[in-house]
Amino acid sequence: MAIPISYNLRNLVVRKTTTLMAALGIALTVAVLLAMLSLVNGLKTSLQSTGNPLNVMVLRKGSTAELTSSVSRQDFQVLKFKPGIARDKAGQPEASLEMVSVINLASVDAPDGINVNLRGISPIGIEMRGLKLVKGRWFSEGRREVVVGESISKRFPSARLGGKIRFGRGDWDVVGVMSGGQSAVNSEIMGDLNQVSSDFDRTESLSSALLRATDEVAADALVKNITADQRLNADPLLETTYYDKQTSSAAPIQFLGTFIALIMAVGSSFAATNTMYAAIARRSTEIGTLRVLGFSQGSILLSFFAESVLLAGLGGVIGCLLVLPLNGFTTGIGNFTTFSETSFSLTVSPQIMLYGVLFAMLLGAVGGFFPARAAAKKEILVALRSV
Amino acid sequence: MKHLPMILKNVWRNRRRTILTVLSIGVSLCLLGVLLAIYHAFYFSDPTPEQALRLVTRNSISLVRPMPQAYRDKIKRIPGVRDLAVEDWYGGQYIDDKAEHQFARFATDPDKIFIVRSEIKIPEDQKAAFIRERTACIVGRPIAEKQKLKLGDKIILKGDIYPGSLELIVRGIFDSEQNTDILYFNREYLEQSMPERRRGNAGIFLILANTVEDVPRIEKAVDEEFRNSPTQTKTESESAFSLSFVSFLGNIKVFLLVVCAAVMFTILLVSANTIAMSVRERVREVGVLKVLGFTRGVILGIILTEAVIVSLIGGVVGVFLASMMTGVVRHMPAFLDQLRHLTLTPSVALLCLGIAAAIGLVSAFIPAYQASRIPILDALRSTD
Repeated sequence: MAIPISYNLRNLVVRKTTTLMAALGIALTVAVLLAMLSLVNGLKTSLQSTGNPLNVMVLRKGSTAELTSSVSRQDFQVLKFKPGIARDKAGQPEASLEMVSVINLASVDAPDGINVNLRGISPIGIEMRGLKLVKGRWFSEGRREVVVGESISKRFPSARLGGKIRFGRGDWDVVGVMSGGQSAVNSEIMGDLNQVSSDFDRTESLSSALLRATDEVAADALVKNITADQRLNADPLLETTYYDKQTSSAAPIQFLGTFIALIMAVGSSFAATNTMYAAIARRSTEIGTLRVLGFSQGSILLSFFAESVLLAGLGGVIGCLLVLPLNGFTTGIGNFTTFSETSFSLTVSPQIMLYGVLFAMLLGAVGGFFPARAAAKKEILVALRSV
Repeated sequence: MKHLPMILKNVWRNRRRTILTVLSIGVSLCLLGVLLAIYHAFYFSDPTPEQALRLVTRNSISLVRPMPQAYRDKIKRIPGVRDLAVEDWYGGQYIDDKAEHQFARFATDPDKIFIVRSEIKIPEDQKAAFIRERTACIVGRPIAEKQKLKLGDKIILKGDIYPGSLELIVRGIFDSEQNTDILYFNREYLEQSMPERRRGNAGIFLILANTVEDVPRIEKAVDEEFRNSPTQTKTESESAFSLSFVSFLGNIKVFLLVVCAAVMFTILLVSANTIAMSVRERVREVGVLKVLGFTRGVILGIILTEAVIVSLIGGVVGVFLASMMTGVVRHMPAFLDQLRHLTLTPSVALLCLGIAAAIGLVSAFIPAYQASRIPILDALRSTD
């Protein structure tokens, strides 16, 4: 017969100080793990929600990023009339020639400046991305005006609405703030293609082209068609694939965070073991009594094991509560593909909280096994006699 | 200190608990040690004598934008500048994109690089061959060993930033106190491989100053020189330049400090919990000690010393583990220069031990104080 779980719960309540301290140790471990997971989760959400599966991005052959790619206006004329490209209301092909560069801006975290993605774009490109204005207005063609992504406006003091940014041949006015939902577009600055490219002396050789296919089959066919076209010397790929590859930017943080969480886990599971051993030592008489009442060794093992898991689970829950305020906090991380900062919001999702609690319970299980076995193995008489 | 034998006996009487506590503190302190070592390496380490003399000039807009190569001669004329070399990040692919084929590739001026990077050690004949032959390249020893390259081998680099691909011949293998995960090749060769309109650009200028005192002055003078040019520059010391890569990864400073604080707090909890447990078990004993004439102060001292000893042992274990761990980090394919020489400096090790002792003291204070104040009769009556 199993010992009721309320016995364990009451025991944890009776020794509140010890329980709370052991649980807090585990809570901090879980908090570190969860903070890292929410960071990686946030970055992945941002990158994976960028891009449309119907959009095909065209880069120069051999290039792995827009930054190092070049596509000429001449190539673009060829690309624009490939079969399978959707048409907009005016009957124009949905194709956008773009220029990408990075500029250095001082952010709240890095006063010395950090790289930010700058995109020269035309209205069709904005439409293809489904971007929405949050504040202000879009830049006008032929003027030194830019629109910044939402996170940029938050993280870079000089890039607020009405501010001025200096790059290329002079100052640019920030006339609007745009939102791309969760996507990486929030970390970009956009300006008129012709104006931006002339500032960077790249009016003929731009960076990339974005094409909208009519459907997914057409998108695949378009990729094949462009790859095979000898005139172009281009590497096409789905826009979603391009952003998906960038999730590897989270790898260093993920590695460091996992490493730290694991080491902390070892430390705190030892602490849990200690707490459980002390609990058992103090309750020797109780254990003896339970045995006399007819509870088997197995049920005592199970009961103490459960108590340890409960204790750690409590720690896990506290850990979740500790990281919950981080949800939605905006930060940035260096992206190795774009060589600029990708901003995103930390996301403490129910799923990672579940991971946190499970991780804590695992710690409790590991830490509690030996003490529980020791409890079960106590000789009845010895246990009863101990003072 | 005459009570030391008794304290030591107390430390050792619940062996299992002491060992678990020591391990728990040790593992956490090891982590703290490694993190502090990283923090130290990033923000407090002194540059080597060679590094202290060097500055890096880049395009003020961003590192990835080039500058006119002609800036070289203008910088050369600035007082205090001994010499300078161009370094162009080539990127590219060697064989394929796999991690084992990754290493840095730079196009540089063969005749200047050994002057500016004087820490590079290479046999004279290999140096001469690199300067003489346009298609020559030199690689750091670790690359040569890992990629199984020997003198005279051919390497093909496929360009991503630059068009086309380059065929290079390994003419030298170098050693260096600093980053050796690098391949250098001749800039002239790269220039010739490109169409006319893409020539004449430089990625960064690596400047060597005459003396350390010249460095801050050169820093200002270079940027001032190009202030009214279409392409402005940003010049900073070499260590500041490499720190900018750290900040590129995110807000590492805050990250490290937050984790360190969390680890420290965890150790504090673990230690406090253990001491509280062991004091609680010994309330009767404390009563007996009091009957024997031990004063409150002595009892307090005995318990505190015990706690400090346990956490210090944990500290020693932690420092030992951390010094091994930094060795592991050193041999990892670190993409940050600063991590390549990660060591647990004596100052960081001492700091860890200090933290351990302080934690022992702080964590034991409340339980020890309570125990020392418990009335004799209550203590003796305790059945716990």
